[in-house]
Amino acid sequence: MAQSKLTIDGRELEFTPGETILQVAWRNGVRIPTLCYLKDATPTGACRICLVEVKGARTLVASCALPAAAGMEVSTDTGKVHTARRLNVELLLSSGDHNCLLCEANGACGLQALAYEYGVQAGRFLGMTQTYPIEQDNPLIVRDFSKCILCGRCVQACNEVQVNRAIGFGYRGARAKIVTAGDRAYHLSDCVFCGQCVQACPVGALTEKKARGQARTWETSKTKTTCPYCGVGCQMYLHTKRGKIVKITAADNQGPNFGRLCVKGRFGYDFVHSPDRLTTPLIKENGSFREATWGEALDLVAAKFKEIMASEGPDAIGGLSSARVTNEENYLFQKLIRSAVGTHNVDHCARL
Amino acid sequence: MAGLAASYGSGAMTNSIAEIEDCPVMLVIGSNTTENHPVIGTVMRRAVLHKGAKIIVADPRRIPLVQDAAIWLRQRPGTDLALVNGLLHVILRDGLQDQKFIDKRTEGFEALKESLKKYDPATVEKITGVPAADIEAAARLFGAAERAGIFYAMGITQHTVGTDNVKALANLAMATGNVGKESAGVNPLRGQNNVQGACDMGALPTDFPAYQKVANPEMRARFAQAWGLASLSDKPGLTVTEMIDAAAQGKLKALYIMGENSLLSDPDLNHLRKALAKLPFLVVQDIFLSETAQEADVVLPSACWAEKDGTFTNTERRVQRIRKAASPPGQAWPDWKIIAELGKRLGGSWGYGGPAEIMEEVAKVTPSYAGINYQRLEELGGLHWPCPDTEHGGTCVLHVDSFSRGKGLFHAVEHAEPAELPDEAYPYTLTTGRILYQYHTGTMTRRAVGLEDMAPECLVEINPADAQSLGLANGDQVRVASRRGEIQAKAWVTERVGRGVIFIPFHYAEAAANLLTNPALDPVSKIPEYKVCAVQVAKAA
Ligand code: SF4
Ligand code: SF4
Repeated sequence: MAQSKLTIDGRELEFTPGETILQVAWRNGVRIPTLCYLKDATPTGACRICLVEVKGARTLVASCALPAAAGMEVSTDTGKVHTARRLNVELLLSSGDHNCLLCEANGACGLQALAYEYGVQAGRFLGMTQTYPIEQDNPLIVRDFSKCILCGRCVQACNEVQVNRAIGFGYRGARAKIVTAGDRAYHLSDCVFCGQCVQACPVGALTEKKARGQARTWETSKTKTTCPYCGVGCQMYLHTKRGKIVKITAADNQGPNFGRLCVKGRFGYDFVHSPDRLTTPLIKENGSFREATWGEALDLVAAKFKEIMASEGPDAIGGLSSARVTNEENYLFQKLIRSAVGTHNVDHCARL
Repeated sequence: MAGLAASYGSGAMTNSIAEIEDCPVMLVIGSNTTENHPVIGTVMRRAVLHKGAKIIVADPRRIPLVQDAAIWLRQRPGTDLALVNGLLHVILRDGLQDQKFIDKRTEGFEALKESLKKYDPATVEKITGVPAADIEAAARLFGAAERAGIFYAMGITQHTVGTDNVKALANLAMATGNVGKESAGVNPLRGQNNVQGACDMGALPTDFPAYQKVANPEMRARFAQAWGLASLSDKPGLTVTEMIDAAAQGKLKALYIMGENSLLSDPDLNHLRKALAKLPFLVVQDIFLSETAQEADVVLPSACWAEKDGTFTNTERRVQRIRKAASPPGQAWPDWKIIAELGKRLGGSWGYGGPAEIMEEVAKVTPSYAGINYQRLEELGGLHWPCPDTEHGGTCVLHVDSFSRGKGLFHAVEHAEPAELPDEAYPYTLTTGRILYQYHTGTMTRRAVGLEDMAPECLVEINPADAQSLGLANGDQVRVASRRGEIQAKAWVTERVGRGVIFIPFHYAEAAANLLTNPALDPVSKIPEYKVCAVQVAKAA
């Protein structure tokens, strides 16, 4: 077993072959910051923030891309490491228009967090940027390349996590940017609007259009729930501000979706706050509906059911339950029809 | 799901979603997975990309997953059974079956073997239109795999032979020993979020919770006792289709519909409208004033999923929580509360404190949910049933040591043509389904900014060669008519469909595909043949 051990900051730690230094560190509670590392995707080493010192190596190494090896001695907390990380944060911050106060990601930005941590001010390397207009021709995703740090997380999210193959790196040098095939707008490309790239973006370059201006991160609360659409049952967080859903993100680290969602789950929530929602019981009189109280409506239903049960027998009544509502509600519904009405005329519409 | 229950004793997905990533060979048949179960589609694609898995897609349409497939079999709509029998014919002919598994764990093999003799690749090519060489290649790939999984959806079940289609798939999996082990199995992908749960909870005329049969007097006695009654009715109940017929005949006097927009999802819309109009008393409980609700005598407003607590059971039998994040609008109530308040007025004890308490009662009468409660769901995030007690961690793989019914049962099933075939008057085959950006009858997605923008109108998919002979250009308005009705919509000229085949999504009320579809039912599952009917197509005047 001796071969599968290395030391990080003086602690002897075990690893399984294939694990990177970053993974071993994180598993053991050693903090190494990174902007480009994305779970479930091949490491790219693009952001150069996860640099560590490895004894015997000539330069600092990107811990996300280096497999752990037996006997390795790694230091994550040295002056050299911090100087390099600070410099890289400064470079990233200066490479675009990072006006935090006007950014959607304010408070939820990986780069901003590192800037605070390393006490970095923007502006030391001004003039290194190529700017692009903000792309917002589609209804769901806003792309602002002036904030893009080219970490490649969106590319990994799209190609390796979701395998939708809609975006990649395009152009070279200072003109480098993330493009769809043919550099078309998102809605004219192969993009299926799963929004995984938005969820992966550590800065404010990719944001949910519907969420813009709705709430600042610290004003929202998160409620974990299950997607209401298809049978996959993805786990998700509803981000709400004063009882209104402002956005939805995937719950990480657990099945069935392990951090992924599709377009319906991520963006299909507007119906909740639709003005068309029913808000009061309705009773039809002379061909049109009038508003009613719960007492009135339920008394009427019960009286009609009892009348029919008495005159025609319970089998003249039927109930259609729903594949849309909860288990508890389905259970109660069939119990109602079977025990209180007294018939087995109960089904749901899913066979249709 | 009746087919799978007859073969194995349980109609649910045999394996879990997470296992798909390690599934080396998959047969995806009658499932447009990346559009209808997108995150499962993602897991399949990850299996190909990261683990070198091979996918066999069998679908009349060039669905997006074809791009990731090792082999694509384009069968003529309604010939899935012949195709699957053809695959198994080759597997047996070449000795690729798992004889040990067959001998030890199954029954009925000899009869099956006999029945498969006539499904040689040349014959199957004639029935299905799939080249014999492709059938051979797919059979060898599937048969030689150490583990292989089958995934299907409505493309298999929405046929008059839907139940037999499923039995054929169950045969294929058993004969190759692909049941009861990880990353394999037979996996029906359920369309709506909680179809599995609705069935588990006994929202079926024949079944109490956990598929305990109403026909069994012992079960009736057990539930009568649990619900504080002397006895329960011994008369069999009606299915949804039968209820609608009974309403049309004036036999059903009242119908209580919860949380559905059934008008648009019914196979023969005109018939349904007439039936509902004839009903003396209709109660609809919904979040919107749907087309069905407009016909109601009483409408009860309910809270939606984000406004209440509860559980859903997903397609892999995993019971998971939903949690309240917002308040219902106006006076809307959660469905459970409405039912309980109605229950109080009809008699019985209905004083539930909330969903957690209801789940405690569910666990008492539902053996497969016996170990499930809210505290455990909080800790574990979800539990796969069967979960027989509170120490049990849930079950990802079914039928590991024995089938739910004991031995797995092979069924000799024969190809039969769809109920309605194209002819001179109605020369095209219509097949229906869903698209990525819309869901079901669209009550939710059509109100979503973005989703509706990406797919605002119904597009009729038609092959370029057919379009040419009809004088149609992309974007032209077309009139599609069947013997039951007609609709107009925009043409999308695309290779996604083969010659002679038309595809229409069923989400759009203004061009309701179900005005066209054939209500012919599978005799066992009572599922209508949404996937095949005969239509005429012409450029709209
Ligand atoms: S939304 Fe999804 S498909 Fe589109 S670019 Fe982003 S990750 Fe790719
Ligand atoms: S996010 Fe998409 S794949 Fe997941 S449950 Fe919802 S609809 Fe299905």
